[in-house]
Amino acid sequence: MSTIDPESAWQLHPQVSVRPEPFGALLYHFGTRKLSFLKDRTLLTVVEGLSDAPNARAACDAAGVSPEHVPTYLRALGTLVDSRMLVERAA
Amino acid sequence: MTLLDTPARDIRPVTAPPPKAMRLVDHFELGLDAPICLTWELTYACNLSCVHCLSSSGRRDPRELSTEECKAVIDELERMQVFYVNIGGGEPTVRSDFWELLDYATAHHVGVKFSTNGIKITPEVAAKLAANDYVDVQISLDGATAEVNDFVRGPRSYETALRALQNLSDAGMRNFKISVVCTRQNIPQLDEFKAIADRYGAQLRLTRLRPSGRGADVWDELHPTQAQQRELYDWLVAHGEDVLTGDSFFHLSAYGQALPGLNLCGAGRVVCLIDPIGDVYACPFAIHEEFLAGNVRGEGGFRDVWQNSELFTRLREPQSGGACTSCQFFDTCKGGCMAAKFFTGLPLDGPDPECVQGYGEELLAGRKDKIEIPKHSGDHSHRTSPPRPRTGMGPVRVTLSRREDLQAPPVSACAEDPLAGFTAAAASDFATKE
Repeated sequence: MSTIDPESAWQLHPQVSVRPEPFGALLYHFGTRKLSFLKDRTLLTVVEGLSDAPNARAACDAAGVSPEHVPTYLRALGTLVDSRMLVERAA
Repeated sequence: MTLLDTPARDIRPVTAPPPKAMRLVDHFELGLDAPICLTWELTYACNLSCVHCLSSSGRRDPRELSTEECKAVIDELERMQVFYVNIGGGEPTVRSDFWELLDYATAHHVGVKFSTNGIKITPEVAAKLAANDYVDVQISLDGATAEVNDFVRGPRSYETALRALQNLSDAGMRNFKISVVCTRQNIPQLDEFKAIADRYGAQLRLTRLRPSGRGADVWDELHPTQAQQRELYDWLVAHGEDVLTGDSFFHLSAYGQALPGLNLCGAGRVVCLIDPIGDVYACPFAIHEEFLAGNVRGEGGFRDVWQNSELFTRLREPQSGGACTSCQFFDTCKGGCMAAKFFTGLPLDGPDPECVQGYGEELLAGRKDKIEIPKHSGDHSHRTSPPRPRTGMGPVRVTLSRREDLQAPPVSACAEDPLAGFTAAAASDFATKE
C-alpha cells in the first residue's frame, strides 16, 4: 500500500461520485467503473475536504485527525490514489 | 449477490483508526439506504425468444411505464444517488424512447449499463455510445460458435451479436462486456469466449444459468454438470479479475478459495429489480409475487418501496442457514442463490440446487413427484413459444381448395348492400315451379 506526501494537494477525480453511508461512504468511478468503500466517517470528511485544503495534512487536521494517526490516513488516501479516485492538483 | 461487477481487488476497504469491528459485508446484509446498483427491465418486448430467458420476455406489456414515468424514476434514482442502473429486458433497445432515456439518465448522473442482443447496435449508434463515458454496453452471447449460441438464442443471433461487437470495436469503444450465461454446452468453450473478448477489446462476463422464467423449462437440460462446475471454478480462479461474474457464482466458493466479489446474496439489501410495469422485486431472478415488494407507481415511489417495504425489511434481518448451518462451508457460500432454490422447489433455508457438496442434488432427487414448483409471474413469451424446431424450418405446405358445405362467402354483419346474403336460386328451380 502506497502513501502520499503530506505536503501534496489532491482532489477527487471529476468522474468520481461519493455517497455517504452510515459506515462511511461508497465511491464510484464512472471512468474505471470501479467501486470503493470508505470504512470510516472521518476519512470521508478528509476526502471531502481535500480540494479546499492547501495540502493533505491540512485536510487531515481540519477533519480532526490526531497527529499520530495522520500517517494511517495518508496511507488510506494513497490507496485511493492507486485506484485513480484521487488526482493530484497544484498545491 | 448479483449485478455487482466489482472484482475483489477493487473493493478496497480503506480503513483508518479506530478500526471498526463490523465488516462491510455485515453492513450490506443489513441493507443500504439506496441500492448500489439495480436492474431495470425497460420492456418485455424482444425480437428473440431465447429458451432460457429469465424474464420470460417476448411481447410488450401494455401497462409498460411511459417515457415520463421512466424519467420520474430516473429523477428519483438521482436523488437517492444510485450510481448506475443495469438496463435490460426484453430487448431494451426496441423501445422507441430508449436512446432518449439513456441520454436522460446519464445527464442526471445515473450511469447506464445496458444488456442487448446487439440488434440495434449499428455503426452510428456504436459511435454515439463510445462518446458517452457514462454508458457501458453488454452484448449477450451464449456460445462461442454459432452452433452453440443459436441453439439457445435462436437462428442468426450469433451473427447479430458479432456484428454489434465489431461495430463497437470499430467505434473505438473499449472494455464493453460480452455477457455469457454458462451452460452445459458452452462451458467447454471458456477459452474461446476469452479469445473473442480479447479480439474485440471487450471484457468477458460469465453468469449463472438460473431456473427463472423460461430458464425453468430448460434448466435440467442446460445447467452445468457437477464436473463442469469444478472446471468453471478452476477457470475463474485462474483468470481472477480479468473476468467479471456479477458475483453470480458465490455458491462455488465452497470449493475452496472465495471468488472475487462480495460473496453474498444482495437481494433487497444492495440490489433489486424494477420490471417494465414498475413492479419492484428483490432480485432480477425472482419475478414472482413472493418476492414482489411494491410498485414505483405507488405514492412513495421507488424510495418508499426500497426503504420501507415489508419484504425488504424481512430480507435485511439475519437469515437462518437452516439445514446448511452445520456445513463447514456455510460461511463462504451462505446457502447459495435464493431464486435458484425457489424455482426448483427447494426450501429457501436449505442448500442451493447446485451445491458443490452435492446436498442440492440429493434434495432434488428426493422431491415428491407431485411437488408444486412455483411458476414465474406474468409470462410474456411470444405466442409461438416454445418456438418452432430450433434448427430452422422447412417450407410450410398448404393446399387451397373450396369447402363443399359452403355455397357462398360468409356475409359480414356490417354489409350494407340490400342484396347482401341473397343468392339467386338456380335456374332449374324456376323450371320446376312452372
